[in-house]
Amino acid sequence: MARASKSGAKSTGAAKSASRSKTKTAAKKKPEVSGEQLLSYYRDMLMIRRFEEKAGQLYGMGLIGGFCHLYIGQEAVVVGMTQAGTSDDTVITSYRDHGHMLACGMDPKGVMAELTGRRGGYSKGKGGSMHMFSREKNFFGGHGIVGAQVPLGTGLAFGHRYSEDGGVCHAYMGDGAVNQGQIYESFNMASLWKLPVVYVIENNKYGMGTSVERASSNVELHERGAAHDIPGMQVNGMDVIDVLNKGGKALDHARSGKGPYILEMKTYRYRGHSMSDPAKYRSKEEVQKMRKESDPIDNLRHTILEGGHSNEDEMKDIDKEIKSIVTAAAEFAQQSPEPDESELFTDVYVEASA
Amino acid sequence: MATQVLMPALSPTMTEGKISKWMKAEGDTVESGDVLCEIETDKATMEVEAVDEGTLGKILVPEGTENVAVNAPIAVLVEEGESPDDIADAPAPAKAEATPAEEAPKEEPKADAAPAAPKSAPAPEPEYDGPMKTQTVREALRDAMAEEMRREEKVFLMGEEVAEYQGAYKISQGLLDEFGAKRVIDTPITEQGFAGLGVGAAFHGLKPIVEFMTFNFAMQAIDQIINSAAKTLYMSGGQMGCPIVFRGPNGAAARVAAQHSQCYASWYANCPGLKVVAPWSASDAKGLLKSAIRDPNPVIFLENEILYGQSFDLPDSDDFTLPIGKAKVERQGADVTIVAYSIAVGIAMEAAEKLAEEGIDAEVINLRTIRPMDTETIIQSVKKTNRLVSVGEGWPTCGIGSEVSAVAMEQAFDYLDAPPARVAGVDVPMPYAANLEKLALPKAPTVIEAVKSVCYA
Ligand SMILES: Cc1ncc(C[n+]2csc(CCOP(=O)(O)OP(=O)(O)O)c2C)c(N)n1
Ligand SMILES: [Mg+2]
Repeated sequence: MARASKSGAKSTGAAKSASRSKTKTAAKKKPEVSGEQLLSYYRDMLMIRRFEEKAGQLYGMGLIGGFCHLYIGQEAVVVGMTQAGTSDDTVITSYRDHGHMLACGMDPKGVMAELTGRRGGYSKGKGGSMHMFSREKNFFGGHGIVGAQVPLGTGLAFGHRYSEDGGVCHAYMGDGAVNQGQIYESFNMASLWKLPVVYVIENNKYGMGTSVERASSNVELHERGAAHDIPGMQVNGMDVIDVLNKGGKALDHARSGKGPYILEMKTYRYRGHSMSDPAKYRSKEEVQKMRKESDPIDNLRHTILEGGHSNEDEMKDIDKEIKSIVTAAAEFAQQSPEPDESELFTDVYVEASA
Repeated sequence: MATQVLMPALSPTMTEGKISKWMKAEGDTVESGDVLCEIETDKATMEVEAVDEGTLGKILVPEGTENVAVNAPIAVLVEEGESPDDIADAPAPAKAEATPAEEAPKEEPKADAAPAAPKSAPAPEPEYDGPMKTQTVREALRDAMAEEMRREEKVFLMGEEVAEYQGAYKISQGLLDEFGAKRVIDTPITEQGFAGLGVGAAFHGLKPIVEFMTFNFAMQAIDQIINSAAKTLYMSGGQMGCPIVFRGPNGAAARVAAQHSQCYASWYANCPGLKVVAPWSASDAKGLLKSAIRDPNPVIFLENEILYGQSFDLPDSDDFTLPIGKAKVERQGADVTIVAYSIAVGIAMEAAEKLAEEGIDAEVINLRTIRPMDTETIIQSVKKTNRLVSVGEGWPTCGIGSEVSAVAMEQAFDYLDAPPARVAGVDVPMPYAANLEKLALPKAPTVIEAVKSVCYA
């Protein structure tokens, strides 16, 4: 699931992608999506789905504690955006971050072991579900305070421009987060200084138990940059191809020096806000309808089979392979020991070199 | 292969729950995602979805059963052609090594249907001799708000998920129903905005209660709290009072890591113009919240999520209030003074009981209010015991314990037989890992150790 890289993507072992040949220049044209690519998106989305289901299970068993926010239903957003980007890009998001990490090519074992709070986790067990990072994969977290990642992402974009590295920051936020004041402070600076950042609003219709209509005076969230001259677009976030195409456009815009872009991804979360949300604020029918009619994975599966890009057997093999990767991650996450007690006191400061 | 369905943990603090209803019967086919049953915890009713598919072979725990421990098998799923008895030799799904009972020990495992009771009961309220009742801290807080809203039209409640959701931690349960959407208001996620709006409304003469989902999020709003709420009275030469309550859970919950587990007591206590209250028991919670709402000043009201589900005896009266600025001696003792606030009072009481078994007679002071601090009660006690230990969850540096110790040095130096000791949260951001989190928070054994060190025992 690694993003396309100039130098050829490194294999992440567990998470392979069939679409690593895309280069920066290829992203410029409206991509012709091959059957092979479709299969790789399918694979990437399924990986997130199965991983999250397993995480839910481990939570129920008490192996994962605290807050745990699942990404089930929203997989097309991060897979499409990641595939539209390059390995120079940076990514930052909120606490609903497991999908983003897997899409960045982070190892499912390390992610799951962080969820269980073990030594083998990406933060040595010290960060947990909401706070995980990978410098190697340009993933800058995993942030627990709603909206706080947006100025940070704007700062990453500032870094891209300052060092002229050609990268763009993908700064994700929720529909609830867009009402935080610091978002607009960020928008203003990003537009003023033409920073290479794409703000991705994952509009899953609810911020915890509050629908967008009950939280926002203007529900057209893609227009939220208008006061700062930031163009925006609405995207079908349940369709990986739509995300890929529009994501590609937005990233090109930012990368070419024209400044920030806003994408509003219309998407949906199937599960509760976190594990302890009884979700009384929406009907079961609403969830069922989404699952039945708009599931990004089921729909892509149909497209693949109908287009003759693959067959049932091959798809079953993919399912199996993913299941085994996720099972291995879960096993690793249970076997990896808890952090050594001495870790309590490490990583508070960087040792200053004289 | 037959698989067991285990009682799931549905929240960071859940250790057990009630199976209120089975939605599937024995023999029904189950697909992953189907709702198997409904579970009730003290906070909410949740549906349990099947993760595996098969046929519901056997229901092991009938509906209506209370206090079902997390991870206990509640049903058996079988595949075609299997009998539920196959489970006898089928391995249970990977068993949790660290069960939530061990991982989230701060909410004490419940002994009966009533929510967790604290190990140590508070002393009676000296000023009150009417009838008593038992309530959780959660219920006491809700009743305090409801009573004050009935009493005064100008009081209203505002915050994230306080109305339709009934509160993220269910503190405002039922308030929307009783008082309507004009007075119980769901806000967008915009803390600086609604905290400032609340301050403006208070300037205009209203009496807002602003709930922060947790005090961690009040950091977004702290400029409005300090610069607008706390200082305006002074800057306006006494014209602009700000009768407002900022309340919500403060400090560590369970396994929610660094950004969601911080005690802000010393942050707010540093600021003149604010009053800072930190209740422990249900009686504290109710009596002090009512006083905070009536107070003409901005009051920071620091609750604790772990305490929400704990039950205590408290006065059964709408008129019962407690004075802000007055500490309470929860336990009389002669050998050492332990000063604590919020959840640490329970820890201090537990330590005091163990110390009593070893012949050390500790006096426990529940600060109740952090600012203005009741230094008189502390000093009187220190003059009697000559030894002082402070306990709190916050970080040690410039913490509440530092203040308590400075007060004792300044006002009772000649009475001290040993340097005061501070028991505090470990001086690191809160780790997520279960074992490290345990090490980061004060516990009774740490308090006992500190007491022994000041007693040279
Ligand atoms: C500053 C702040 N306020 C409140 C919270 C509590 N909280 C966590 S998630 C959330 C809802 C966010 O909704 P949205 O932005 O739509 O993201 P989603 O959860 O739907 O992905 C809230 C209120 C928080 N973490 N930080
Ligand atoms: Mg949302």
